[in-house]
Amino acid sequence: MTKDKELIELLKKKILILDGAMGTMIQRENLNEKDFRGKKFAKNKTNLIGNNDILNITNKEIIYKIHTSYLESGADILETNTFNSTIISQKDYSCENYSYELNYEGGVIARKAVDDYLKKNPEEKKFVAGVLGPTNRTCSMSPDVNDPGFRNISFDVLLSDYEICVEALVKAKVDMIFIETVFDTLNSKSALMAVKNIERKMNIKIPVMISATITDLSGRTLSGQTVEGFYNSIIHSQPISVGLNCALGPKELEPYLMELNRISDVFISVHPNAGLPNAFGGYDETAESMGKYIQEWCNNNYLNIVGGCCGTTPEHIKQMKNIVENLEPRSVKKLDNINKMKLSGLEAFNI
Amino acid sequence: MNSNINFINIGERTNVTGSAKFKKLILNNDFQKAVDIAKDQIENGAQIIDINMDEGLLDSEKAMVKFLNLISVEPDIAKVPFMIDSSKWSVIEAGLKCIQGKPIVNSISLKEGEKIFIEQAEKIKNYGAAVVVMAFDEQGQADSTIRKFEICRRAYKLMVNKLGFPPQDIIFDPNIFAVATGIKEHDDYALNFFEATKLIKKHLPLAKVSGGLSNVSFSFRGNNQVREAMHSCFLYHAINAGLDMAIVNAGQITIYEQIPKDLKNCIENVLFNKKSGATDDLIEISKKYSGQVQKKKIDKKWRNKKLEKKIEYALINGINEFIVSDTEELRKKYNSPLDIIEGPLMDGMNVVGDLFGSGKMFLPQVVKSARVMKQSVAYLLPFMENEKKSKTTSKGKILLATVKGDVHDIGKNIVGVVLQCNNFEIIDLGVMVPSNKIIETAIKENVDLIGLSGLITPSLDEMCFVASELERNKVNKPLLIGGATTSKIHTAIKIDPLYNFGVCHVNDASKAVLVASNMISKSKCRPFVESLKKEYAGLRTNYYKKDKTTDNNLDICRQNKFKFEWEKYNPSKPKINKIKVQNKISIKKILSFVDWKPFFESWELYGNYPDILNDSIVGDTAKDLWKDAQKMISKIITNKLIHPKAVFGFWPANSDGDDIVIFESEKRKKVLKKLFFLRQQVNRKNSKRPNLCLSDFVAPVGVKNDYIGAFLVTAGSGIETLSKEYENKNDDYNSILVKSLGDRIAEGLAEMLHSSVRKNYWGYAPKESLTNAELISEKYIGIRPAPGYPACPDHTEKETLFELLNVEKNLKIKLTESFAMAPASSVSGLYFSNPMANYFGVGKIYKDQVEDYAKRKGLSISLVERWLGPNLGYSPSKVN
Repeated sequence: MTKDKELIELLKKKILILDGAMGTMIQRENLNEKDFRGKKFAKNKTNLIGNNDILNITNKEIIYKIHTSYLESGADILETNTFNSTIISQKDYSCENYSYELNYEGGVIARKAVDDYLKKNPEEKKFVAGVLGPTNRTCSMSPDVNDPGFRNISFDVLLSDYEICVEALVKAKVDMIFIETVFDTLNSKSALMAVKNIERKMNIKIPVMISATITDLSGRTLSGQTVEGFYNSIIHSQPISVGLNCALGPKELEPYLMELNRISDVFISVHPNAGLPNAFGGYDETAESMGKYIQEWCNNNYLNIVGGCCGTTPEHIKQMKNIVENLEPRSVKKLDNINKMKLSGLEAFNI
Repeated sequence: MNSNINFINIGERTNVTGSAKFKKLILNNDFQKAVDIAKDQIENGAQIIDINMDEGLLDSEKAMVKFLNLISVEPDIAKVPFMIDSSKWSVIEAGLKCIQGKPIVNSISLKEGEKIFIEQAEKIKNYGAAVVVMAFDEQGQADSTIRKFEICRRAYKLMVNKLGFPPQDIIFDPNIFAVATGIKEHDDYALNFFEATKLIKKHLPLAKVSGGLSNVSFSFRGNNQVREAMHSCFLYHAINAGLDMAIVNAGQITIYEQIPKDLKNCIENVLFNKKSGATDDLIEISKKYSGQVQKKKIDKKWRNKKLEKKIEYALINGINEFIVSDTEELRKKYNSPLDIIEGPLMDGMNVVGDLFGSGKMFLPQVVKSARVMKQSVAYLLPFMENEKKSKTTSKGKILLATVKGDVHDIGKNIVGVVLQCNNFEIIDLGVMVPSNKIIETAIKENVDLIGLSGLITPSLDEMCFVASELERNKVNKPLLIGGATTSKIHTAIKIDPLYNFGVCHVNDASKAVLVASNMISKSKCRPFVESLKKEYAGLRTNYYKKDKTTDNNLDICRQNKFKFEWEKYNPSKPKINKIKVQNKISIKKILSFVDWKPFFESWELYGNYPDILNDSIVGDTAKDLWKDAQKMISKIITNKLIHPKAVFGFWPANSDGDDIVIFESEKRKKVLKKLFFLRQQVNRKNSKRPNLCLSDFVAPVGVKNDYIGAFLVTAGSGIETLSKEYENKNDDYNSILVKSLGDRIAEGLAEMLHSSVRKNYWGYAPKESLTNAELISEKYIGIRPAPGYPACPDHTEKETLFELLNVEKNLKIKLTESFAMAPASSVSGLYFSNPMANYFGVGKIYKDQVEDYAKRKGLSISLVERWLGPNLGYSPSKVN
């Protein structure tokens, strides 16, 4: 895993393309319950349809195929199909004992897709990012309005979950860990700690990318932090990039991307949804309409890494690739507040 | 939000150690109201809030987590960064796991060495927090400018260079300490903070400086107007020096400009230690600005309270008037006496312990509280026969003993009482306890801690012996050393190497609680002892480092003796030449000679008498103690309970080198006795001062006819009888009071007798007229040093003195095997009349003098080394 230097050098030269949605592509396959279960989980007591991550074990070919299609559309970084592969998320499907295997297999498939692609295109550079999702619980909020002090998950439980994921992904030879769709910063801090712990355990350096989700137009994460509040909370981990993804479309995301551009002294990633979900649960932004925003962000030098989240497809990615080709990436600047003590509560407080 | 202003307010009110209100809410589990305090702080301008749950009665980790979880979902509070404040790492880490933002950890330090420090700093870095680093290292909390800065620099280097900790995330706390305490060493505390702050800001790039502001005005508790003015002045100057932030009561900072000029001047004189007497000036002016301090009224309204509340009130206020009847009431109400002890009584004592711990009660009050407790328990005991005893859960079992050969126990008893108040079980073996009894009891009772006490210097050696016996018997329990002559340096040099398990010197009852807690705690004991061992080893290295050169060989020191022109001086001849015994001495007359300062000191109240009675902090307590002492004295006088006595005499004498020869008669032919003295052996090569020995003050043989006197006074055996009586009534307060008065009466009598000796019996200063204060400051001509004290540290010389005065027959006072006088309230000494005679300390002596002294006295070198152990400037081959 000495890819971080290679990656950093590349990011200085060009805007890298992240892949698009995995879920959207799986939906297109119209898989049924049996397809999800495969042989291995034929007798699983809970239905598995919708457990996209289980396909890493039961239907590897489909995942491999989606990865390859994104590579061929121009994606430089693949995200593993492990968004929900934590113990806590897999409990919903009674598959909590397969967390390690799901992560490992997810890593192996993406790795193979990249390696196979590079055999055919040896002059290119592609990377695999092992994804850690946010889980469906929140460390810093109570699920019970009558008991604000209550929590249904703790930092330590999440930490040990994430450690399993990170170790499995690293052993499957991913190039970096991507903590994304962060809606509760405390969850992501436990993921960052897990990375640290595995670094120490395996005596390696693991590059990290991290991306938060601004849940609505209030401009805050679900747990209430501003962009800068979030940034101050996680920047100690010295990630390669900090970014924003999901929940909003490019239009709504724009002001927060501008804010991030103002405060960040690391590379910036962004992978918006294809707009806000419409009345039918679909997404309306086409490759072309999304491309317009990307074009403008590039012109303003906001971007280092760009890709798509929910609702995006290889077409979106292909469009983005065409737009960013030959455009200058955002240069990481020395900020004038670099020497400040950057604290935060929900909001940032720089002393 | 960015801070462009120079100074950050950190709200201090969500802190159980700093806010009584917050603490009460938390203890009552009223977290919702506690959350409101956090909100108020922010509304009042706090930009960060400090949260502290370090309270003995709390599960601090749990309380920290609960409170953080609650405020994290309150947007008005959670918007600001939190400061997790705890002395316990586990609490800090629990807090870090609840916070999504980037908080500040308050605090870590080098107190327990670099390893732990680096571990904690690295974890903090990984959690993504900033950190307060206290100027505290293995040697303790830094108070001088240089130590403050050096510790911070060391920490900075470790963090930045070794760990890659971002320097802008380091906040140094160079310790704000109380000023205007009346203790001279504290006078520079504020100034040192300012100076250290400047150095940190100059030399440690990007690091910040913070501090806990309210400490500075600790001496003025109860006078908020003065305290707030002090805070404001301190901040004003600290910010100028570079202070970035401080923990403050955000709603309560006086505007610097609005402080009255005279008050401001006084405060600034104190902060910058501009002149001596600055503290007194501030105390004086503080009365003018004390606002409305309510005097507590003595009323009986408390009798209308609920029964349990009455018990608590009686315990806190030390009122034993109703305790027996109230206890009987409790007995009717509760199932068993044990429930009462563990319930209302312990509850009350816990409050007392907390108040004492937080400086809101003082020792005499605590001892009174213990008296109430003991009397209540004594009443319950007969009812407990049927119950299984000692089901009670104490914090630990502590064995206390005054070692063999020593009879002094005031300090030990005070420590015992205070420890009991803090819920330790005490097994007090009393005085003159041989080592085998200590070891036997320690093993049989499976005690958690052993405390040894002693007042006279030979006890130091007995303590060494006990320590080596504890080691030989593998008792493996921590050892506490305390008592007037014990010292950290002696413990480090002589006792610590003998006992591997761990020794701690502690000379202060309130510190004893902390030390005992640490030493008994399974988790803290080892780290605590390890850091002590390290500290003691350091002291040892230093002690032996700079000593003997050839410039202070004994013969060189003898040549540099005190030179007196005997030709021009005629020693005065005493008016009497017989031994005189006095039996009928007026106690009232003695009292006019008493120096009361040590009396208050024995109760851990520091200050000059009579000023101490009006002291802003301890004044009320001192007054109460003084009243009780007066009552006791009048009881003693009215009922003729004690009979002070004295014996004294004078003899023809001449010096012979470092010895003094006492002759049978004026013919100076036949030698009656010889007194042996020691000479200062400090290197005076570059100094004009002499190397003193007491014999220098007596004319050498054949030069002039000179004389020496000796005396012994005692308050009498009545002291012991009376204090025993109180002890039997479970009244430690009065028992200790009687003993401390006995000591004063003996000392007062010594002063009074010395005065008559100078004016009449020897008569070398017939026209002397000195006030008591002048006597106390030793303005008189001549001296009366006592064997065992600094000028003649060898206790065994007392034997000669006893023989000269025939003490056992004349006064019925005996010497123990360690040469302590029994009964204890006794004072002895030698009289020197020479006008140039003064009190001095022999200090360190070396092997050549010890060999010479042993030869003169006809003793073995090892025996002399044993008796003079505390003075040895070298390491004797082996103690036993």
